[in-house]
Amino acid sequence: MQNQTIAELGAGLRAGEFSSVELTQHFLQRIERLDGELNSLVTVTAEAALAAAEAADRQLETGESSPLMGIPIIQKDIFCTRGVKTSCGSRMLDNFISPYDATVTQRLLQAGAVSLGKANMDEFAMGSSNETSYYGPVKNPWDTSRVPGGSSGGSAAAVAARLAVAATGTDTGGSIRQPAALCGITGLKPTYGRVSRFGMIAFASSLDQAGPMTHSAEDAALLLQTMAGFDEKDSTSANEPVPDYSEGLNDSLQGLRIGLPKEYFGEGLDPAVAASIESAIDVYRELGAEVKEISLPNSGLAVPTYYVVAPAECSSNLSRFDGVRFGYRCDNPRDLEDLYKRSRGEGFGPEVKRRIMIGTYALSAGYYDAYYLKAQKTRHLISDDFKQAFAEVDVIMGPTAPTTAFGLGEKVDDPVTMYLNDIYTIATNLAGLPGMSLPVEPANGLPVGLQIIGDYFAEAKLLNVAHRFQQETDWHKLTPEGFA
Amino acid sequence: MQWETVIGLEIHTQLATQSKIFSGASIAYGAEPNAQACIVDLGFPGVLPVLNEAAVDMALKFGLSINAEIGERSIFARKNYFYPDLPKGYQISQFELPIVGKGSLTIDREDGSQKVIGITRAHLEEDAGKSLHEDFHGMSGIDLNRAGTPLLEIVSEPDMRSIKEAVAYARKIHQLVVYLGICDGNMQEGSFRVDANLSIRPKGEEALGTRTELKNINSFRFLERALNYELERQIDLVESGGQVVQETRLYDADKDETRSMRSKEEANDYRYFPDPDLLPVEIDSARLESIRQGMPELPDEKRSRFASEYGLSAEDAGKLTLSRPLADYYESTVAAGAEPKMSANWVTVELGGALNKTGLELSESPISPEQLGGLLKRIADNTISGKIAKQVFEAIWSGEGDADSIIEARGLKQITDTGAIEAIIDKVIADNPKQVEQFKGGKEKLLGFFVGQVMKATQGKANPGEVNKILLGKLKD
Repeated sequence: MQNQTIAELGAGLRAGEFSSVELTQHFLQRIERLDGELNSLVTVTAEAALAAAEAADRQLETGESSPLMGIPIIQKDIFCTRGVKTSCGSRMLDNFISPYDATVTQRLLQAGAVSLGKANMDEFAMGSSNETSYYGPVKNPWDTSRVPGGSSGGSAAAVAARLAVAATGTDTGGSIRQPAALCGITGLKPTYGRVSRFGMIAFASSLDQAGPMTHSAEDAALLLQTMAGFDEKDSTSANEPVPDYSEGLNDSLQGLRIGLPKEYFGEGLDPAVAASIESAIDVYRELGAEVKEISLPNSGLAVPTYYVVAPAECSSNLSRFDGVRFGYRCDNPRDLEDLYKRSRGEGFGPEVKRRIMIGTYALSAGYYDAYYLKAQKTRHLISDDFKQAFAEVDVIMGPTAPTTAFGLGEKVDDPVTMYLNDIYTIATNLAGLPGMSLPVEPANGLPVGLQIIGDYFAEAKLLNVAHRFQQETDWHKLTPEGFA
Repeated sequence: MQWETVIGLEIHTQLATQSKIFSGASIAYGAEPNAQACIVDLGFPGVLPVLNEAAVDMALKFGLSINAEIGERSIFARKNYFYPDLPKGYQISQFELPIVGKGSLTIDREDGSQKVIGITRAHLEEDAGKSLHEDFHGMSGIDLNRAGTPLLEIVSEPDMRSIKEAVAYARKIHQLVVYLGICDGNMQEGSFRVDANLSIRPKGEEALGTRTELKNINSFRFLERALNYELERQIDLVESGGQVVQETRLYDADKDETRSMRSKEEANDYRYFPDPDLLPVEIDSARLESIRQGMPELPDEKRSRFASEYGLSAEDAGKLTLSRPLADYYESTVAAGAEPKMSANWVTVELGGALNKTGLELSESPISPEQLGGLLKRIADNTISGKIAKQVFEAIWSGEGDADSIIEARGLKQITDTGAIEAIIDKVIADNPKQVEQFKGGKEKLLGFFVGQVMKATQGKANPGEVNKILLGKLKD
């Protein structure tokens, strides 16, 4: 049962082969048996899940249901969930029970999805290895001595280990795509504004975007269908019609123009990963695509630009965690300043503090022009690169991450090396473009992700391009040993 | 040494919207603490602001009223600082590209001359909450009802050269925003708060002196007193060899003094940057045009129209246009058929006095403009005298009905029948031969005595003009 897709499980539910309660129990048992080692979940909401499953079963009996009705999923613990701890991977919110549902949560629950629990993540989504979580690192199911990637590492590991059929994630600089790549699943970061950010705890507001993490592009289409759409509670959400993402999945790729940015195949890319990517590109050639080399000349500016913009925004976004109204408060504060200093000093972990300090510095009087303003300019240059590229090609392809999953603790003391793990994913966030990662031939015995970048609101095209590949290959069906 | 005073004001006007600037919570005054603070106002994790377009329209209205430059694009910025009544750790305000750019306002000086005061900008922002330092046993309470209330901060150039000018400017802004219907102007409830920047320099000097900022002054009287105190403090300080330090000072109305809140060194670096949660506000000409169409007549326009249309003095026109309700009341009185100058007098003196005495607002007046107009018509057509009219006014005030029915019921109609008046005068003359003799002997002051006797005999109903005329004729025979 755990190896089936949303579409397959949905068919089984509607045919009455099994109930949502049975399905939910099945996954809850797997979580209990397997997650001790993985640590992919912060909270398991078994009782609420079974109640939701019962409700879904009643709805299924009426014969009127949606594709997600009764399907067990996992929510990244960055989405506010009413009545449930929403920790964002931080001690700061370890005691925070959200009084409301994020729009994404609300839409998924309304569609009948059954939420099994909340996924572990890097603290406040700041990290590429899931090692910054207050709840301890998540292990990669393919090799539990390795990281699952981050920040949506819990979501990626849980889906890879078949603890749920799908999960939600968020992506600020690669946080859906990189863990999807490292865990061998399919992840999609939509166009900025495609999915509402309301109720999604903000890291960097101009970059954050929620998306689906699934086994297949077909499943990603189903999840995105429910997640996407304008939300009047989020001024930055796009008031654009949501197309039917499943409709064009099988469209022919004959004549598809694929651009390979030469900057994504240079120094720093593991040759084994490069080889896997090349062989995936060959599949596309066979499907009739035209492949050409392109250039994104300002790619080198992406990481430095990101590490000004994202910390600047986070330094402000995280100011609300002050020990006054919710979240962690230090014991016996002497006065207001002591309350602030110790609540924040004790409530935040080192990576979060590092970024708050970088961001505060970048926004300070006398440095603003040199850092924040300059970063806004380089951000434009990066967007322009893509604009020119999409005048020539339909999609851009390359590796999602430069290496396969690295060892736990390997890069944790070297932030800059850690940051370089997102070298291929960050630019799409800066430009606001949609990007996807799908599993291709493993390298070094570990999963490898192919990244596909599309033009604005080209999610349907990305899903079509990914789905056709998954029709030709079975890499997305590989299951880590011990989790089959 | 002769000192020149330089003053600039920053005025926070609370906009009269239904809900907050970035959430749907009510902004009504006086609710239980935190009863009007939703998760957006509380700055909960994950919440996002959504701009209240009504606040933008109100700001634009103000911009048009001061002939300001209004850009096509305006952006919101975050002003970052920590304070317990600031839930997000930043205030959403505007820094670059404020909604209203450079404009100006003309004030009247005491000598009757006018002066143009430059307005640098006006920007939209959210208010913070309130910290309550009493009743919590050494802790502070936080009331976030006010957090997120829309404010328009109006920043003037340092164009005022006296405290009187500063107060006149503040009053003029107050009058304007209330006229525009964008602020209720209630200073006690904090709907209109003034921060004043004051510096001094030797007369003739061009460079500005070091200024101090006086925060959160909520009445015109306090503004005047705070500025007076601060001006004297600065002069004393400089004349005794000291230097003014750039700082923020708080005016304590109870002690009538200002004291230091924080110095420039302690000032926050607010780290302004564009708020990524809000899109730039695009203002197209169609929107501006539709706001322009909905603009009321402004105080200055109304004042000159009153002067020309109703033949009023500049002073009366000014008084009657102080507020829109008063001007409307006046115009309704005239529309009810009353003579304009007489109406001006009655509205400002009689009605104004009666309201003052009873502590009522104009909106609570027991006499409607139609009733007042009906009364004044009866003076003009000689049905009653001005003196009797005051009696009738009081009767209308007490709810006895309209002028005509009161005049009828009380038999107050003026006697204009010359024959009847003559008969009474003849009797008065016959009854007072001694006084007649004195009058004829040159004691003309006694005319008043005879008029009084006639009025007494007629219970004041004789037409005073007629009485005078006939009396004089008969006495001088």
